[in-house]
Amino acid sequence: MTPDLSVSIGPIKFGRPAMLASGILGISLEVFNRIYRSGAGAVVSKSLSKEPWEGYPNPTIVGIKGGYLNAVGLSNPGAPYFANMIKSNKDVPIIVSLVGSIEDEFEFMVQQFEGCNVAAYELNLSCPHVEKVGLEVGDDPKLVTKIVSRVKSVAKAPVIGKVGLGTTNYLDTVKAAIDGGADAITAINTLRAMGIDVETQRPILSHKIGGLSGPAIKPVAVRCVYEITSKYDIPVIGCGGVSTWEDALEFIFAGASAIQVGSAIGDGWIDVFGNINDGIANYMKKKEYSKISEMVGLAKRF
Amino acid sequence: MQSVSKTPSIRTIEKVIDETPTVRTIIISDSNLANVLPGQFAMVWIPGVNELPMSIMITEENGKAAFTVRKRGVSSTALYDLKVGQQIGVRGPYGNAFDIRDGKIVLVGGGTGLVPLMRLAKFAKPTNDITILMGSKSKDEVFFENLANRILKDKKHQVIVTTEDGSYGERGFVTDVLERLVQNTKFDAIYTCGPEIMMHKIVQLANSKGIFVQASLERMMKCGIGICGSCCMDEVLVCHDGTIFDGKFLASSQEFGHTHRAKSGILENY
Repeated sequence: MTPDLSVSIGPIKFGRPAMLASGILGISLEVFNRIYRSGAGAVVSKSLSKEPWEGYPNPTIVGIKGGYLNAVGLSNPGAPYFANMIKSNKDVPIIVSLVGSIEDEFEFMVQQFEGCNVAAYELNLSCPHVEKVGLEVGDDPKLVTKIVSRVKSVAKAPVIGKVGLGTTNYLDTVKAAIDGGADAITAINTLRAMGIDVETQRPILSHKIGGLSGPAIKPVAVRCVYEITSKYDIPVIGCGGVSTWEDALEFIFAGASAIQVGSAIGDGWIDVFGNINDGIANYMKKKEYSKISEMVGLAKRF
Repeated sequence: MQSVSKTPSIRTIEKVIDETPTVRTIIISDSNLANVLPGQFAMVWIPGVNELPMSIMITEENGKAAFTVRKRGVSSTALYDLKVGQQIGVRGPYGNAFDIRDGKIVLVGGGTGLVPLMRLAKFAKPTNDITILMGSKSKDEVFFENLANRILKDKKHQVIVTTEDGSYGERGFVTDVLERLVQNTKFDAIYTCGPEIMMHKIVQLANSKGIFVQASLERMMKCGIGICGSCCMDEVLVCHDGTIFDGKFLASSQEFGHTHRAKSGILENY
């Protein structure tokens, strides 16, 4: 029997377990189509702001041992432009990532997507390198509750809060998102980090401090998924260093209902989605699982 | 096997060549970049300023790589202004390479778009009969003519220079000269790099004549490795799937020759 690779994340359903993480390849509908065809269950857009943002000068992304450092600066064409671009989308499950600093901005942005085929909204409460948004919002649990509850009140699609590790205990941010009515949590974002070139003695990123992604952060992300799903009854999408089907299963055993893939595309390109699907399907056949949900949180037996 | 670096390596500028009043070539030692395939590029870090995608220029010395830059914006001017002894960071090489066909080929370059074509000329097959068409605004801005003749001295070749003001070589645009050439001569392939409007005309011309054509494209690039998405064009990533695309794909593109993306990702018309 062919294993069923579909996943349910609370009210959200996708045909396959791995989705494109926010910030990666996320500005063109044609590229989304290509990624979906390559085996992704869904695609998350770049984080969209109310107005277009140019982002920081280069270097914005560099490879390092164990992954990547980035401070792209949330460059994006703005929610109205993006909404207009995806209006013709019928087939691809698109999760729209939103970033802002107050509830009104989020409400404005959600309104732009009326009439668009949006699978869910993912609220960026965790970008570590842009002031007044992202992690600075996530570090203010009261604001998180206000934003999530405002988005819930206007959005027709389910709402996901994406949390990261800032100065506030991230579990408090998760609680704040749950209090606001979040349908699911994505954990985690990149970790605040920097790299310095020894020859020139300069920080490599133009913004100096950025976010660390890739294999180096995977054990941290797995731990967070395990802790969130142990403490709260909310579906979690695991994100951070997933590059193989084994990585994906590790997150699922920690309690994730689905996973997101980002940096791995820099090494294995978008073939990574098909490889993850095939690897998980083979594993399920071998271990005689028929559904992914049967494997969620299995590591908690021990 | 080519070694691909994702972290900048620091290189000291060893030589600067003034090509024209606005174009310079800077030379570094880098045995990896010295031997890249024609068309590949590197991300070049100008510390404190920016990091730019640059096609890798040939040199006439083993183990050396070069970049040829025209001063235009803040970042390209900063690269242009660097002096011998100053440092840049390089990572790469990235991107695909030209598919060099047998027979009679023509290379059409506008301005610094000549850079990848010079490497193509160096990698050309012994059997190739090569025409290089060089386009520039005026006599002062003509460069690489002597270098091209030196590289190709052992092969059947011709170098045709055009200037828009007619101050040197043939007056007009390279596209006009190419149009005349393809009427009288049967070419096996056309390769081009330069302003996109110029390349668009060349691709249309080649496609209409059924000649194999490839163009090297430029788009807003941040990562260079296919993850940031800023260089997307239709469903391809110019850094990962290109920068070289063939005429069949380019003819099907909604964006080639029409639009490019701003830093924010918004599509703008040319």
